[in-house]
Amino acid sequence: MKNKAMSAAVVAGAVATAIAGLSATTSTPAHAQAKEKCYGVSLKGQNDCKAGPGTTCAGSSTVDYQGNAWTLVPKGTCVSMELPDGRKGSLTELSRDLPEA
Amino acid sequence: MAQVFSLPRLSAADFGDALINPDLGTPEGAVGPDGFPDVQRFNVYRNNVIVSLCEALGETYPSVKALLGEEYFAALARAFIAEHRPSNPVLIWYGEEFASFLAAFPPLKAYPYLEDVARLEWAWLQSYHAKDCEVFDPAALASIPPADLGGVRFRRHPATAIVASEWPIWDLVRVNRFKDGEQSQIDLSVAQPVLIVRPEFDVDVRILEPSHAAFGVAIFSGASLGEAAETALEVDSGFTLADCLSNFLSNGALAGLQIKEPA
Repeated sequence: MKNKAMSAAVVAGAVATAIAGLSATTSTPAHAQAKEKCYGVSLKGQNDCKAGPGTTCAGSSTVDYQGNAWTLVPKGTCVSMELPDGRKGSLTELSRDLPEA
Repeated sequence: MAQVFSLPRLSAADFGDALINPDLGTPEGAVGPDGFPDVQRFNVYRNNVIVSLCEALGETYPSVKALLGEEYFAALARAFIAEHRPSNPVLIWYGEEFASFLAAFPPLKAYPYLEDVARLEWAWLQSYHAKDCEVFDPAALASIPPADLGGVRFRRHPATAIVASEWPIWDLVRVNRFKDGEQSQIDLSVAQPVLIVRPEFDVDVRILEPSHAAFGVAIFSGASLGEAAETALEVDSGFTLADCLSNFLSNGALAGLQIKEPA
């Protein structure tokens, strides 16, 4: 490791602070309280599929998409994202004005 | 008297190749009850295999699917399948290479965030199915001599992952997968590295400070606490180890620790 390690005293102090903070606010196991912060992963109607393919709702279809599709322009619901400086862009418009990755 | 007939010679490799690649036609030995090559039945079977894999990808990567549209995604999935045969019968483990495939797919060069969106969705699914494991109890740190704390190394909880990204991947997934919020609120200039954890049974995605993400990536790749803190400080001089450690501990991202071996 090329970096000089942080001084032991600083690390020790940070660890002590972190532990003190945790024990002061949690009487229950740390991972239990995290349940409250939910971003909607269990929305109704999505439970069936949330475990991924092959679990419950992966049906079998006989629909066949033939042909070369690469002339298609990507489309979908994501067409109104805001770009820097107030520019609006669709998926197609982004190609000529991209933020630096 | 029983009818005598010999089983056709049919190699599994030929069969598999022909399943994924329609140009190869019907493999030799794939015959019907009449003993003649059965092109139609094989085509039906091939179609079911490919469509099933397309659907599996769509269920693993619903945000990518929503972003590209059904038609485009279906065609893209076919191109991926042509190059990536399943190596395992478990469908939830099919498609790990999809993110790098997206990144290397020339027609999608203009949408660089798709790769990271796919990496987030893959990590989400793996987290969901990761084995159960006790979460690290922070109290164990209190018994370590202060001078040794900088050399402490942690073990990642099996359901934990970090997806580093320069793009607003959580906003993109939140809107396109969980239908939470509006498209128009997504600002592509915002970087959202995320921490994926699974408290109890539900996968949870939390946006990380860039320095916290750097810390976590370092910790999960085997760096000591002191080394990871240094790495994070290089990303952001305002990095506070106490806050960051508290964040990882309270989220249940760690499973255990080991003291650094004496050099």
